[in-house]
Amino acid sequence: MFRIDFNKLRFLVCDDNPHMRRILRTLLHSFGAREVYESEDGATALEMYTHYVPDIVITDWSMPIFDGLELAQMIRQPDSKGNPFAPIIMLTGHSEKRRVTVARDAGVSEFLAKPISAKGLYQRILNVVANPRPFIKTKTYFGPDRRRNTSNAYIGPERRTGGEMEVLQQPSLLDKARSST
Amino acid sequence: MAKDKPAALRIETFADHHVITQPNPLRKVLRRVAEKDLDDPVARAEKALAELSGEFQNWMGVETARLAAAHAAVLKQGFTNATRLELFRAAHDIKGDAATFGFPAAGVAADSLCRVIEHAPDLDEVPSELISHHINAIQAIVRGRTRLDSASTAGELSRQLRSLADDYLAHANRDRPEHLDAILAPSIAPAE
Repeated sequence: MFRIDFNKLRFLVCDDNPHMRRILRTLLHSFGAREVYESEDGATALEMYTHYVPDIVITDWSMPIFDGLELAQMIRQPDSKGNPFAPIIMLTGHSEKRRVTVARDAGVSEFLAKPISAKGLYQRILNVVANPRPFIKTKTYFGPDRRRNTSNAYIGPERRTGGEMEVLQQPSLLDKARSST
Repeated sequence: MAKDKPAALRIETFADHHVITQPNPLRKVLRRVAEKDLDDPVARAEKALAELSGEFQNWMGVETARLAAAHAAVLKQGFTNATRLELFRAAHDIKGDAATFGFPAAGVAADSLCRVIEHAPDLDEVPSELISHHINAIQAIVRGRTRLDSASTAGELSRQLRSLADDYLAHANRDRPEHLDAILAPSIAPAE
């Protein structure tokens, strides 16, 4: 059995509703977390993200100034100075499947529909801690691998190409130098 | 944890994408423990929530007052970007919070109101009673919580409002298939 040492984790919670922030803080502290930073809008959250370098971000979707979706997109900038790989858990009252897809495409790691439960939140945190997915970078996407299974049935426009047989062989600089002599 | 240096990345390059893997930076916080030593963090958190629950009625009062104020602004100014957004946000917060605070029926009614605001083709064309009935129902459910019969009455009231709102939205969006799909799609919210 595994246990998470929450006291070694740093959280950033972003929600414009003070009651929900209080609920989240209560849950995280009772899990054992000590460092929980809070912001009430996306812009402040981004500043705090850069300043405090949290291990895990928990964000609402609907917020003033810029929302949780935009926050995720700004964190997931592969060339930014900050850490673009931090797990992002989106906790939201939006409960339609298309919203999950939009959040996933913004680079969100986990999606948790309200009403919140201690069990649901714990499971999402356990998942990002114990089973992080590799990141994928394409022309239009940077974020956790959106494939949750190995099905090859998907034939949509974003089907990635390049299985094992299509790997582009990149010769090392040394090999290049040898072949040119 | 956050002060640790970032681990080295492994980047595999494919035809149209890169796969980037880094050694799990959070692995250090995972600890193997014997089952007998395993406490239950979820139970601990639920207990902490229960201790907080004395404040929930008051919090719901604050949320419903915000909703009523947003509705009053709509009645006074009509639907503008600002009034629509505030009414949606107030309803959306109740949709998300109400079940946690012990008012699941208020959450259902608030969800129904959010759907009307989000999917009605023209909010000025929505019968004003449809919106005011939602607001009144949410307020009544929160006020009437202590009545013995309130749980079943509140649930029935919310279900009927949802049914009315769905009928209206299905009719109003009959020529907008993308909205119809969204209206008819099942919710992913956890069941009560």
